[in-house]
Amino acid sequence: MATGIKDRVAILGMGCARFGERWDASAEQLMVEAYTEALADAGIGTPQIEAAWLSVAFDAVNIGPSGIPLATALRLKDIGATKVENYCASGTEAFRGAVYAVAAGAADIALALGVEKLKDTGYAGLPVRSRGTTLDMIGVNGSAPGNFAQLADAYGAVHGVKRPDLKRAMAHVSVKSHANGAKNPKAHLRREIDLDTVLNAPIIAEPLGLYDCCGVSDGAACAIVTTPQIARSLGKRDLVTVKALQVVSSNGWESQASEWNGSYLHTTRVAARRAYAEAGITRPREELSMLEVHDCFSITELVTMEDLHISAVGRGWTDVLDGTFDADGALPCQLDGGLKCFGHPIGASGLRMLYENYLQLLGRAGARQRRQAPSLGLSHNLGGMPTQSVSAVAIIGLA
Amino acid sequence: MAAETGILAYGAYVPQRRLQRAAICAAHAWFAPGLKGLARGERAVADWDEDSITMAVEAARECLAGINRATIGSLSLASTTLPFADRQNAGIVKEALNLSDAVGVLDVTGSQRAATSALIQALHAAAGAGRPQLCLAADRRNARAASEAELIQGDAAAAVLVGSGDPVARLLGTHSVSIDFVDHFRAAGEPLDYAWESRWIRDEGHIALIGKTLGEGLKRFGVTAGEIDRLVIPLPNRGVAEAIARAAGCRTESVADNLVEAVGDSGVAHPLLMLASALESARPREKLLLVGFGQGCDLLLFEATAAIGRMSRRAPLAASLARRQPDENYLRFLFHRGLLELERGMRAEAEHKQPGTTLYRNRRAVLGLLGSRDTRTGAVQYPPAELSVHTGEPTAGSHEDYPLADRPGRIVSYTADRLAYSPSPPLYYGVIDFEGGGRLVTEFTDASSESIAVGRMVRMMFRIKGIDELRHFTKYYWKAAPVR
Repeated sequence: MATGIKDRVAILGMGCARFGERWDASAEQLMVEAYTEALADAGIGTPQIEAAWLSVAFDAVNIGPSGIPLATALRLKDIGATKVENYCASGTEAFRGAVYAVAAGAADIALALGVEKLKDTGYAGLPVRSRGTTLDMIGVNGSAPGNFAQLADAYGAVHGVKRPDLKRAMAHVSVKSHANGAKNPKAHLRREIDLDTVLNAPIIAEPLGLYDCCGVSDGAACAIVTTPQIARSLGKRDLVTVKALQVVSSNGWESQASEWNGSYLHTTRVAARRAYAEAGITRPREELSMLEVHDCFSITELVTMEDLHISAVGRGWTDVLDGTFDADGALPCQLDGGLKCFGHPIGASGLRMLYENYLQLLGRAGARQRRQAPSLGLSHNLGGMPTQSVSAVAIIGLA
Repeated sequence: MAAETGILAYGAYVPQRRLQRAAICAAHAWFAPGLKGLARGERAVADWDEDSITMAVEAARECLAGINRATIGSLSLASTTLPFADRQNAGIVKEALNLSDAVGVLDVTGSQRAATSALIQALHAAAGAGRPQLCLAADRRNARAASEAELIQGDAAAAVLVGSGDPVARLLGTHSVSIDFVDHFRAAGEPLDYAWESRWIRDEGHIALIGKTLGEGLKRFGVTAGEIDRLVIPLPNRGVAEAIARAAGCRTESVADNLVEAVGDSGVAHPLLMLASALESARPREKLLLVGFGQGCDLLLFEATAAIGRMSRRAPLAASLARRQPDENYLRFLFHRGLLELERGMRAEAEHKQPGTTLYRNRRAVLGLLGSRDTRTGAVQYPPAELSVHTGEPTAGSHEDYPLADRPGRIVSYTADRLAYSPSPPLYYGVIDFEGGGRLVTEFTDASSESIAVGRMVRMMFRIKGIDELRHFTKYYWKAAPVR
């Protein structure tokens, strides 16, 4: 039985670029922006980094293949730089690479950096891309909103939730995230909105309207990790350590066996259970201080509350409406605005979630700082689509 | 009694969208007010994802309901609107129908008479030792905006299975003449017809040429004009078939409905479509004379047998006609026919290049919607794979072919996507489960906000998946149509 990752790796420093429509910046510049902050936070120099992982999803319309663009932009001299891609969960994958390298003793200090430059593609929303020569023949040429919208109707059908009730709960998710994002100087969307604005927005993919969908942004985020011992030797006092890191990928069960009912994310349910076991958490709703989840769409956040075993199955929508996940609720979710408002530069998002939990744990979140001192933060980074997904759950906390 | 040669079964397919002719005429009133006289009824319109191949597949499926597909010896597809000039179009139909690789396939084209000529050949072959031949005809018609043809035409397909055995209509005789009468033409590679004056076509072509051939044929068959119970003349113009009937001495009430009001002239498919219509109401011992016209004339004389009830009870054409969606959106029609360029956005630029290697390796799963089933547990999976999705164990030796196309399905989840590009937005897609097992992430077709819902039944239909506009390659796959 594996002993797990708990408390074996500490976060030495983190950085995050301002997200948004960064017409002013290239992907390389965004990488440097996030890295410079992380490096200063870590209090080290580039030569001390021994291995690096880069996450980027749309490399073909972005920085191109391989880890070389990372090594080149950051001038990482004579170390291995590896590119990882796992749909929208890529950011947590890069983090996993760096964390595992340190935990294995293969590197003392490792870097994870995620970047995406979506606003050079010309698209509103995510660009269309191939899913491989076989799946392109039999798959659907759909969009991300369309793939996730199906959660809503299936959820409504399975749990007997009427469309207007579900739409209201979904709208609450977005109103909350806009309120949080307004307080975040690095967020892409910083305007508060009201319920009617969400409910009356144009439909993107039935039943998701414009404000049920997250921002499509440029951005980069970065983590530098090491062992707790090295972190202390470098003068760090308040240590944030990794408590759990779990990734689960679909194997075709959802889309090819007639057992899954379409109303939840199977991979998230499994990854969350494993992460709690790894972190030694038995009552997540009480023990976790805050959540950063993959709210690519409002309905995704809503069902994720159930898939993380926070809300009872079928009751996520009422917990949302009760304000449980609002900034002043029992378990705040997306204090930084989430994908919805901080933005969603694909390869960076998993690291951006970790960045927010890291800031909150260290009491450095400014106007949006959680009042009760937090001790554990969970991030949930989801890739693919409900029928074929990869879920990454990371829990970090004060050592 | 010796086995007889004739029609063993038939099928028909009319696309569900029916464009109202009044809507077409209204759009052209400023330019061609003379079209107003044609503003009656409706024309069947193939959706953007339908062509002569997909419509032929649907007609064939109707025709083959309840028939063992292993008995079929050959398949022909008649059309002058085939999507491929050099790739056997009938071969794609064969893959979609999951017919044996030993089935012979043939495209028949070049004339509005292609289907009746192919039918004659098939019947003569069947009279020998041949196995049943599936004769298909389909046309997705093209005409200029504001032309009479645009109003009169319609899109449809028909199928006739011929062979010896226990036919629903036995063949009594055939007769053909070939005369280079150029009422219209279309040069190779050109999209649209050029036609000569309609009055000349009517007088010298329809009435004189068909009339003369009819007289010769009846003499040859040894039957009198008065004995013909159903005269099937696929001409769209009002009163012309009646004029031919009167001149030949046939009863005018024997003239079959030309289906122009409900479908339009479906070109090469039309003789077989009208034949299906006539057979659906035919009684035993009735004589049906089928005419094909185009650079000459074909005649086929049939007699309905006692077995006719076998097919008329099912009435595939009536069922297809009843599956009807009235439509007044003329601009959509123009766009789908490539006659109107719309701003489609960047998402329409997506690459659709089809590697020949992957299509060949996966042809049975992609074109035939062939899944696999575990013979021990009954578990079904699609697409077929080396390892079972249920157990992770190898499927070799324990799994058998399992065709899914004709299995009813039920909607598990769906969406109406307005972001993804579709020539007919919104793009409907979702997850379905088949009765008896098997799951598919699928596009929906012929769907609307009224017809789609979680739990609703669907029927699979063979459709265009996408078109590689750079290399002019049409990709086919199956989509789920909500059952209304």
